Amino acid sequence: MERKLLTKDSYRSLITKLIGQNYQVVAPVKKDTMIDFLKISSFDEITEDYIVTVSSAKTVAFPRNEKLFDYEKQNKKLTQQDFDFDSIPQSVLIGVRPCDAFGFHSLSSIFCWDSIDKIYTTRLERTTIIGLSCNKADDYCFCTSAKGSPGSTAGSDILLTKMTDGNYIAEIVTEKGAKLVADFSDLFTADGGADKESLLAKVAANFSVDDVLAKINSKFEDEAFWTEQAMRCIGCGACAYVCPTCACFDIQDESHGGKGHRVRCWDSCGLSLFTLHTSGHNPRENQGQRWRQRLMHKFSYMPDRLNTIGCVGCGRCSRACPVDMNIAEHCMSIIEN
Amino acid sequence: MNNLQQKAQQLLESGNYGLIVGYEKGTSGKARPVFIRKAEHASKLIFDESCDQNIAVYLYRQEIKHNKKKVIVANHHTLKSIVELAAENQVFDGDFMVLAFAENGDIIELNTFEEIEKHVATLYHGLTEAEAAMMKKIEDMSLEDRWAFWENEFSKCIKCYACRASCPMCYCPTCTVEINQPQWISVPSHTLGNLEWHVMRAMHLAGRCVTCGQCGKACPLELPIQLLTYKVALDSKQFFDSVAGTSICADNALAIFKPEDHENFIR
Ligand code: SF4
Ligand code: SF4
Ligand code: SF4
Ligand code: SF4
Repeated sequence: MERKLLTKDSYRSLITKLIGQNYQVVAPVKKDTMIDFLKISSFDEITEDYIVTVSSAKTVAFPRNEKLFDYEKQNKKLTQQDFDFDSIPQSVLIGVRPCDAFGFHSLSSIFCWDSIDKIYTTRLERTTIIGLSCNKADDYCFCTSAKGSPGSTAGSDILLTKMTDGNYIAEIVTEKGAKLVADFSDLFTADGGADKESLLAKVAANFSVDDVLAKINSKFEDEAFWTEQAMRCIGCGACAYVCPTCACFDIQDESHGGKGHRVRCWDSCGLSLFTLHTSGHNPRENQGQRWRQRLMHKFSYMPDRLNTIGCVGCGRCSRACPVDMNIAEHCMSIIEN
Repeated sequence: MNNLQQKAQQLLESGNYGLIVGYEKGTSGKARPVFIRKAEHASKLIFDESCDQNIAVYLYRQEIKHNKKKVIVANHHTLKSIVELAAENQVFDGDFMVLAFAENGDIIELNTFEEIEKHVATLYHGLTEAEAAMMKKIEDMSLEDRWAFWENEFSKCIKCYACRASCPMCYCPTCTVEINQPQWISVPSHTLGNLEWHVMRAMHLAGRCVTCGQCGKACPLELPIQLLTYKVALDSKQFFDSVAGTSICADNALAIFKPEDHENFIR
């Protein structure tokens, strides 16, 4: 993989130029009390003081609300305004952690499964992902147990690793990344050969996700096991909404008089309305069954059908959970029980 | 073993109790709810300043509601919620025992609603200094600034409903947001839909919010969402002399009519 040097000044120039060329640049920004991905208009808005952002990078391709089309009914005549693909901007997403970047792989496998979701794929196609290796981790991180690592290049178009002098090693991962580097070739200089590994956070691999995959199907019918696992869970959408790989959505019409639009918005298997049938029957009627769905989806259904795991070990769900449902612990208890 | 763990062990060994809902040490020094069924697990229980979560929400939970041999370790938020839940007939007298703590750390056993109500009367019911300061900051804003403040906050809400799920007073089996014929509240989490949701929720908690702050603590996006229900709680006190979590008799502002109620808002 080709490596270059991007000095801190060149990084600033790069972002400033991208903004100047009307790219939509999305970066981790400190907003009020938390750090999240937001559109920026100046380099100075960026922060690097985070383990991971609260919400995941998925919002760039799978925003919490996506207007699919508009409609208008007038004198019994219905007119429809389709989704305007020209409205999707060329974007550069920066400061994406390797776990988050890898999450797009899982997410894409769902959105391109039996039919291609054109809106999602177009948003992603028009986005260049500049990842940022992790130099620190916390108790929630478990990427190394889930086939990732703090310096993994998978999913990024370019991966930056910050060196002790504040400059960056730039690894050019994809053609898209190479194109961006070519467009700003004067900013990327010859690599000094710094040891990347020594710059990365240490994340202990406490279990192997393969062992979860091997075991989880045999637990499916163990009702008592799932009830116990989910005792604490109070059933909300926090874990799913912040997760880089959760793809469940709801379709809603929002109308006012004869005018309206159809919106795709996030849905969560934690909520009691999830999979509730019109008849009133719900195949997942208690929290144990809903929690089982969450784990089975990530560690059984996705590996079986899409050949990918549905969890990248970012730990976001556990940080966001109001009752500290730590997913890594639950994985280990699947292996142990 | 500390006195709580010893107590829990005795209760479970006696056979009179089969489940203790309390706190254990969670990730990164956080406390989290725990469910202890075996005496040998009693040593997991903790009770310290990290245990500020309101866990009354578990008392009416499907999986444990019908367990008549349960004990709950309660901080002052949880205690107040139990009183309010009792007033609203969501929990039943004698269904559980409460382990509360005196200021010196001694364990207090509370077995009946009357005992709980009496104990709660000795607790502080106001807002913390920091909370009162936040309330004041918002009240002092001009109408425009206050609107801008909430508009900014609502723009961040992802409608994950963690605030609702963790609030002991949000126990409706079907929340207004889940009714779709007609659809009262927008499902998508845009600023307007979020405003609809939070204003509706605040009104439904009028005179019922025990100002525990749990909804705000639960929010992954860190919206200070408790301030909305606090405002309604303070108004309920000011205009209707109703303070949630103080009486096991239903007396909340929106459920009770009194001839002397203020009507000057009807124009
Ligand atoms: S399940 Fe949790 S740890 Fe895994 S990818 Fe999703 S948010 Fe991250
Ligand atoms: S695991 Fe936590 S975040 Fe997820 S639904 Fe349960 S309580 Fe909510
Ligand atoms: S917990 Fe926060 S983000 Fe979730 S619905 Fe409540 S206010 Fe919105
Ligand atoms: S502060 Fe929030 S969680 Fe606590 S009772 Fe009031 S509304 Fe419910």
